[in-house]
Amino acid sequence: MNQRSPKTQPLFAPGHRGCAGCCNAMAVKFILRAIGSDCIVATPTGCTEVFSTPYPESAWNVPWIHSLFDNIAAVSSGIESALKALGREGETKVVTIAGDGATVDIGLQALSGAFERGHNITYICIDNEAYMNTGVQRSSGTPYAASTTTSPPGKRSIGNPLGKKNVPEIMVAHGSPYVATTSVAYPKDVMRKVKKAVETRGPTYVHIQAPCTTGWGFDTHLTVEIGKLAVKTGLWPLLEITNGEITGVHRIRKKLPVEEYLRRQRRYRHLFTTPEGEEVIRELQEIADRNAEHYELEL
Amino acid sequence: MSELKAELKVVEGSYAVAHAVKTCHPDVIAAYPITPQTHIAENLSQFNADGELGNCEYITVESEFSALSTLIGASATGARTYASTASQGLALMHEALFNAAGMRLPIVMTVANRALSAPLSIWNDQQDSIAQRDVGWIQLYAEDPQEAADMTPQAYKISEDRDVMTPAMICFDGFILTHVYEPVALLEEELTDEFLPPFNPEHILDPKNPETFGAFADPSIYTEFRYMQELGMREALKKIDPVAEEFREIYGRYYGGLLDEYRLDDAEIVLVAMGSIIGTIKDVIDEVRRDGIKAGLLKIRSFRPFPLDAVRKALKNAGIIVTLDKNISIGKCEGALCTEIKAALYNTRLDTPVVGYMLGHGGRDVPPEIIKKIINKATRSMKDGLTIESSYADLKEEFV
Ligand SMILES: Cc1ncc(C[n+]2csc(CCOP(=O)(O)OP(=O)(O)O)c2C)c(N)n1
Ligand SMILES: [Mg+2]
Repeated sequence: MNQRSPKTQPLFAPGHRGCAGCCNAMAVKFILRAIGSDCIVATPTGCTEVFSTPYPESAWNVPWIHSLFDNIAAVSSGIESALKALGREGETKVVTIAGDGATVDIGLQALSGAFERGHNITYICIDNEAYMNTGVQRSSGTPYAASTTTSPPGKRSIGNPLGKKNVPEIMVAHGSPYVATTSVAYPKDVMRKVKKAVETRGPTYVHIQAPCTTGWGFDTHLTVEIGKLAVKTGLWPLLEITNGEITGVHRIRKKLPVEEYLRRQRRYRHLFTTPEGEEVIRELQEIADRNAEHYELEL
Repeated sequence: MSELKAELKVVEGSYAVAHAVKTCHPDVIAAYPITPQTHIAENLSQFNADGELGNCEYITVESEFSALSTLIGASATGARTYASTASQGLALMHEALFNAAGMRLPIVMTVANRALSAPLSIWNDQQDSIAQRDVGWIQLYAEDPQEAADMTPQAYKISEDRDVMTPAMICFDGFILTHVYEPVALLEEELTDEFLPPFNPEHILDPKNPETFGAFADPSIYTEFRYMQELGMREALKKIDPVAEEFREIYGRYYGGLLDEYRLDDAEIVLVAMGSIIGTIKDVIDEVRRDGIKAGLLKIRSFRPFPLDAVRKALKNAGIIVTLDKNISIGKCEGALCTEIKAALYNTRLDTPVVGYMLGHGGRDVPPEIIKKIINKATRSMKDGLTIESSYADLKEEFV
């Protein structure tokens, strides 16, 4: 199952099958721009893998492996160990690029194992907040009240009944020397943090929020705008945590009400058409306010 | 069958295997504790702690699923890899087993055969590896610790062959072989070095030459990838015999290649089996032959690839065939060997009756008397021309 890829291409070549406005494709481009060609990338099953490697095509001009949906941190551990054993450790970075489902749900055990063992890998989660590849089902990265195909609103439902699992904190608890959250809407922030992560020895973690035009329901040209709104409302704080301490917070000049973010997306539409919606919007505003207070987001 | 010239040492079966692994110089090992495999993992850990594994990375993974997954990454990076497991651990690997085979990664793994839960049993049968029949791995079955040890460099040599590139399981019966102390000729590093060339795969994950591993295949190409795995197995089928011969030349020991025969030439009753019961069967055959019963044995060493032609040839003069299975396909009441042997005879002109017996499940002892009883029954049914459907040979009806 191996194919040669021409060297003349960019590290992540155009012509892949991602949707127009695809947030995953944007994220991958920024990641590889930050890392350069001296890396090995491992990607689990999910949108990124599927749209980038329909045999015999491959968008990847770096060595790349896909194994399964649920084991990618273990695969990455093995790559890193092999490089060590074979004396090829040197400059080659081992980088995992995985979806939220693969990271926060089905692959969490493997991720925990890899970080506990302290492999020198950078694990990057592209969090589009649902299982997009299989048609927008909820994951534990799906935020409260968002509608997905397995958390639809209805007489007994206001959408996803559960809140978003805080996996960056879990990785901090593993003793990771560098954990960061970022967003595809802030390419420079993504690149700076990814660079820092791969340059830090040990298991490092970058969690990129990535608004999915198809799954969240917005026009294909709005990916960046929606991503910015998540940050500017305080719903998605951009953080850096070095050796367990918060060392970087992206400050917000003027915090916007969450409604401005919610209103632009189909996945929250039911909040504006049902009587219960109003209360839920208030709850979401509280989440944003708590974030703002806890991380001192406002300038 | 083996002419031993090396010095024998009394060691535990697991130690013999771990020691054999050491002489193969694996680059990356990943294993997880599960009875009765654990002693292999422990012995390798000790070798590693004592600096006897060179640069090897021993990964103490958090599960068997991750054990095999780490080796998938490591093997794709060009490392020689080793794992050992059993039972629940092998079942947990199921998804990754297919994946390793499909990506043509020649990982070698020892399976200390054990029953599957429920009910929980830590004891031996071969349900665990038989349940993985179709994952695309080579499956070799050893009769004793010496054979399991000797199979290890052979498995690497077969798996890593450029025309094969298929992972291999070496199956050896839990407790009966893993925990037995027996005189074993431990493998010698210099001899293994002579026998087994370094792992030098054509495709690896390397920034100097970026390649894509594990692309997805649409219906226009999926079948061809699967068929190429079949071709890899066919190459393995051709190479298992010569590799066993090469091993004999260097080490002076030989157990047969794809299969082995015992007193088969003139045998009317042919028993077919795999694993540790082979020893017991040979003893019983010697005994019943003294009473004039012409019994013989066909020992299957390679279950996958299945040596169809060799099996047909070995069975062509049999009057009745008796398969002994430490596994069952529930709902068919038949073990895998029975099914395979019946299928092998079909489409030949042979009309030899095949009687299947399942026995020794969940660690139930297989004493010589049971084998003797089975042979006696087979003798009678051969005379009467009666067909007997597959059944348990050691069922306690009173508890059912
Ligand atoms: C063991 C297993 N369960 C389920 C699937 C089906 N599956 C493939 S991709 C996927 C969703 C991927 O979601 P995510 O990781 O969030 O990535 P995305 O596609 O959203 O980028 C699922 C459920 C699978 N391939 N393997
Ligand atoms: Mg997702």
